Amino acid sequence: MELYSLLREFADSWVLLFLTVFFLGVFVWAWRPGSRKTHEDIANSIFRHDQKPADVPQTEEA
Amino acid sequence: MWDYVKLIVLGTIAVLAAIGANFAHDLPYMVNAIVVMLAASITFVWEIRHVGEVRLHPANEYMDGVVRAGVIATTFWGVVGFLVGVVIAFQLAFPQLNLGNITDGVLNFGRLRPLHTSAVIFAFGGNALIMSSFYIVQRTCGTRLWGGNLGWFVFWGWQLMIVLAATSYVTGGTQGKEYAETVWYIDIWITVVWVAFLLVFMGTLWKRREPHIYVANWFLLSMIITVAMLHLVNNMAVPVSILSSQSVPVFSGVQDAMTQWWYGHNAVGFFLTAGFLGMMYYFVPKQAERPVYSYKLSIIHFWALIFLYIWAGPHHLHYTALPEWAGTLGMVFSIILWMPSWGGMINGLMTLSGAWDKLRTDPIIRMMVISIGFYGMSTFEGPMMSIKAVNSLSHYTDWTIGHVHSGALGWNGMITFGALYFLTPRLWNREGLYSLKLVSWHFWLATIGIILYASSMWVTGIMEGLMWREVDANGFLVNAFADTVAAKFPMYVVRGTGGLMYLTGGLIMAYNLWMTVRAQPARAPVNANNFVPAE
Repeated sequence: MELYSLLREFADSWVLLFLTVFFLGVFVWAWRPGSRKTHEDIANSIFRHDQKPADVPQTEEA
Repeated sequence: MWDYVKLIVLGTIAVLAAIGANFAHDLPYMVNAIVVMLAASITFVWEIRHVGEVRLHPANEYMDGVVRAGVIATTFWGVVGFLVGVVIAFQLAFPQLNLGNITDGVLNFGRLRPLHTSAVIFAFGGNALIMSSFYIVQRTCGTRLWGGNLGWFVFWGWQLMIVLAATSYVTGGTQGKEYAETVWYIDIWITVVWVAFLLVFMGTLWKRREPHIYVANWFLLSMIITVAMLHLVNNMAVPVSILSSQSVPVFSGVQDAMTQWWYGHNAVGFFLTAGFLGMMYYFVPKQAERPVYSYKLSIIHFWALIFLYIWAGPHHLHYTALPEWAGTLGMVFSIILWMPSWGGMINGLMTLSGAWDKLRTDPIIRMMVISIGFYGMSTFEGPMMSIKAVNSLSHYTDWTIGHVHSGALGWNGMITFGALYFLTPRLWNREGLYSLKLVSWHFWLATIGIILYASSMWVTGIMEGLMWREVDANGFLVNAFADTVAAKFPMYVVRGTGGLMYLTGGLIMAYNLWMTVRAQPARAPVNANNFVPAE
C-alpha cells in the first residue's frame, strides 16, 4: 500500500475516533463532579501575586 | 568567559555581514546585510561596555523592564503601521501618490502594502503579544520570567526582524506569499527568536508557583507553538545562493497554494485570535475586577478553537484548482467555528455581568468591550464569507479587506489599546492614566474610523462583485475591470478618512501614555527600582 493510502486509512479510522473521543472528553472533563471549586480557584488566580512573585513576604525589601 | 564568547560571535557576525553586503547579488540582500552589520556592531559595543558586570535576576521581583520596552515598541509600531496603512489607502484613491517617477518604485503600493500588513500584524500585534505574554505569564504563575536575559533577546531579536523585513520590502525583497513575504534568511531569524520566546514562556510555566495554568496561558502557548509549526512548513524553500535573497519554494502549484492558506488562515486563527484571546482572558477580568464569567466555557472555547481552526484554510481557495471536497471541508469547519467563537465572545462580555455600570465610567472597559463586540462580528462575517455562494460574490473584492479590518482594527487593535492603557500606569508605577478624556477621544475616533472603513468596503466590495458578474442579454460581460476601479473612488476616499481617524486615535494614545509616564505623580516605591506596582 502506498504511503498516502496508508495514512488516509489511519486518518479515516483510528485517528478520527481518537480525536472525536478526545474532543468530547474535554466537555466531560470540564463538567466533572467537583470541578467547580477548582475552576473558581483558577479563575481567581489572576488576582493573586499582582506585585511580587509568590512565597515572598509582601514587606519592603531592597 | 561567556561575555568573551558573545563578543567573538557578535564581531564575527558583523564582519561576515559586511562581506555579505559587499558580495550581495541583489539590493534587498545588501541592505539587510548592512542592517545586520550595524545591529551586531551596536550590540558588540554595548556588550564590551558591560563586560564582567553581574546581572541581577532577583527571584522576588518580576522582570518588568522587558514588558515596559514592549509597551513602547507596541505603541511605536502601531502608529507607524497605521500611518503606512493610511498612505496606501490614499494611494489607491489617488495613484499619483505612488510617486513612482521620483522614488524609483520604493514607495509604490506593491512594496508598501506588505510593509503595512507586516507592521500592523507582526510589529504592532507581535510586540503586543510578546509584551502581554511576558506580563501575564509572570503574574498568573507567581514567578519571575525564566531564562534571565533571554526575554530581552526575544524583544530585541523581534525588533531586528521588523527592521530587516521593512528594509527588505521597500527594496524589493519578497517571497510572494501573503503575510509570509519575509525572505529565507529573515525566516531563519524569526525561527531563532520564536524558539527563544517558546523557551522563556515554557520555562516560566514550568517553575510556576500556582498549581494550575490559567486559561490565558493556554491560548498564548498554543499561539506560540502553532505559529512555529505554520512558519516552518510554509517557508520551506531552497535559497538560490547564500548571497541572494531569492529562494525556490519546495511546494509548487495547488499544493503550494494550499500550504500558503493553511498558513495564512491559521496565522489569523492563532496569531491574531488565540494570542489575543489570551490577552482578553487576562486583561478584561482584571480591568473589570471580576473573574471570567465561566471558566468551563473558556476551556471549551480553547479546545474547540484548537480542533476547528486548523481546517478552515481551504475556504481561501474556492473555485480554484483545489479539489472541491477540500474547499467544502474548509467551508464546513469555518461555519462550525462560529459557535466556539461566539461562546468566547459571550464569555468575555458576560464577565461584566453585575458590573455593567463600569461601561459608563471606565473608557478602558468600553474599549475592551467594543473589541469583544468586533470579535463577535468578524467571527460571524468570516464563516458567512466562507460559504461558497457568498464567496463567489465576495472573493477578490474589497469586502475581504473590510472583513480583515473589522477584525484587525476592531478586535486586535482595541484589545491592544485596552491592554496598553491597563499596563502603562502599573508598569511605571503611576497614579492612573494622564487623561481619561483623551481615552474617550481615542475610543470614539477609532470606533467611527472602523465603521467608516468597514461600511465603505462592504458597499464597494459588493458593488464590484456585482459589476464583475454582470452580463448582457448576449452573455457578454458588461463592465471592464477599469470601470469598477472608477466606480470605487468615493468609497476609497471614505476608507482613507476612516483610517486617518484611526491613526489620529493612535497618536492621541501615544501622547496620553507618554504623559502618564512623564507627568503623573509616582506612587510610593515598593522596591529599589520603584517600578513594581503597588496596589
